[in-house]
Amino acid sequence: MLSLYTRRRIINAVGLAISMLAMAFGLFWLCWILWTLLEHGLPALTPLVFTQMTPPPGSGGGLLNAIAGSLAMTLVGTLIGTPIGILAGTYLAEFGQRGWLAPITRFINDVLLSAPSIVIGLFVYEVYVVHVKHFSGWAGALALSIIVIPIVIRTTENMLRLVPTTLREAAAALGAPQWKVVNFVTLRAARAGIITGVMLAIARISGETAPLLFTALNNQFWSSDMDQPMANLPVVIFQFAMSPYEDWQKLAWAGALLITLSVLTLNILARVLFQQKAASH
Amino acid sequence: MFLREASLKRHTVLDLLFRNLTRVSAFGVLVLLAAIIGSLVVGSMPTIHAFGFGFLTSSDWDPVNDKFGALIPIVGTLVTSAIALLIAIPVSFGIAIFLTELSPRILRRPLGVAIELLAGIPSIIYGMWGLFVFAPLFAEHVEPWLSDHIGAMPYVGPFFSGPPMGIGMLAAGIILAIMVIPFIASVMRDVFEVVPTLLKESAYGLGATTWEVMWKVVLPYTKVGVAGGIMLGLGRALGETMAVTFVIGNAHELSKSLLMPGNSIASALANEFTEAYGELYTSALIELGLILFFITFVVLSLARYMLFKLGQREGQVS
Repeated sequence: MLSLYTRRRIINAVGLAISMLAMAFGLFWLCWILWTLLEHGLPALTPLVFTQMTPPPGSGGGLLNAIAGSLAMTLVGTLIGTPIGILAGTYLAEFGQRGWLAPITRFINDVLLSAPSIVIGLFVYEVYVVHVKHFSGWAGALALSIIVIPIVIRTTENMLRLVPTTLREAAAALGAPQWKVVNFVTLRAARAGIITGVMLAIARISGETAPLLFTALNNQFWSSDMDQPMANLPVVIFQFAMSPYEDWQKLAWAGALLITLSVLTLNILARVLFQQKAASH
Repeated sequence: MFLREASLKRHTVLDLLFRNLTRVSAFGVLVLLAAIIGSLVVGSMPTIHAFGFGFLTSSDWDPVNDKFGALIPIVGTLVTSAIALLIAIPVSFGIAIFLTELSPRILRRPLGVAIELLAGIPSIIYGMWGLFVFAPLFAEHVEPWLSDHIGAMPYVGPFFSGPPMGIGMLAAGIILAIMVIPFIASVMRDVFEVVPTLLKESAYGLGATTWEVMWKVVLPYTKVGVAGGIMLGLGRALGETMAVTFVIGNAHELSKSLLMPGNSIASALANEFTEAYGELYTSALIELGLILFFITFVVLSLARYMLFKLGQREGQVS
């Protein structure tokens, strides 16, 4: 019979060992997924990927139109979503101390932040695609902007709250009106944090597939008209990966590697940027 | 004198304008939510009229004869999410303990970032990896073992028997687990970090081991926040689309075995929506979306409420 003390020590050791295993378990998947991407993606990542259009099965080609479409929709989505997000976030942090609007908005925003993105695709389909009667790049950008807004609101509010009140008071004491205080003092002080938030939002939408399925759909050819169905990397990857053709699957791996690399780079850049800012304070 | 008065007036007007501009944007978020719910309800009206509440309990899915029921996708969504949580909760707890108590200080941040990067990988990548790498290995090594050893047992046996296909509910659940681990683990880590050091040191001072401090002091102190983090992960798992679409197999069949293909709400939408013909088919899919939104809305609201409660006790807004 073990003494109580020994038993407690054994439980402790086992528990801690399991927690280390859990950490290793988490890192294991990360490494495995990245390794798979490199293994399949690197050989497929030829210069042709950046110069050719998506091919019909059986002939060579690249992903140029999909890359361009993704960039265009991500850009427009960010341009629509960011200003609205920053303004609403400013309201929550600067003006919303009293009243019912701020707490409810904050709550709803937090829910929208993790709402299923496929439902947002359905929503844009219902309110936009059904009425104009065709899929389009604009609809895709709109769906992406709806994903951007909650992320930007959340980070803007958090970052503005980190700005010391004394800064606002100092500006107000100099006679600055409130719109100037907010625009030229607090928002400027929180700039690095807000940019980080926007970068994280871009990272998030550049890999989103589900909301684009019912909005931008896909286009096998080059299209610079946002009012037409538009090729984009995630949907092309989905379609090509699910296909039985080997050359399509290879292109899908190349696209997957591209997306993952850009998303991870954005994520890491955003963190580095924010940390430098925090360290300089 | 006149000049200053004029500029004062101008600033008052600008103040008012700016303040209201931000207020309108904030109000826009509420309008957005109302519009999402409204449009989904309008879109699903045809099936609501045609099937009523029977839609929720019927397992029919027959586009040819216009008969639709949501039971199979709902069950698929709930089962895969439950499997994901069963795996993800203990692993996340372990990771959070490691990151707050065990890890050397210099490794803490890089390891934390690595786990967060796992959350940054787009879900379609998980799907591709699941279909091409994970599923074949799963079919070759894990599933035969499961059906040989557990499949013969009473009670639990039927859940684990069947042909080893790789894709199916169990595979989808495991991949979902990998996807939600980072979300749950980072919330757990954050709430563990707000536990007052004094409390932990008192326990250590009384001779408690690290495990006992975590299990009997930190966890009870943060249980509301931990539950909130779990709900947050559940919300993610329920609505996850692409990863599940790749590996669940997309079969409208209700099967007892977890090794068989199934369907979830999100994967049914992703697969069938653009190919749906006829008003009732489209409407049935939109109603599925409405059900999904409703379930995740409730789960996420609970999550936020719990995290808010914990933040309130801390005297800070989380």
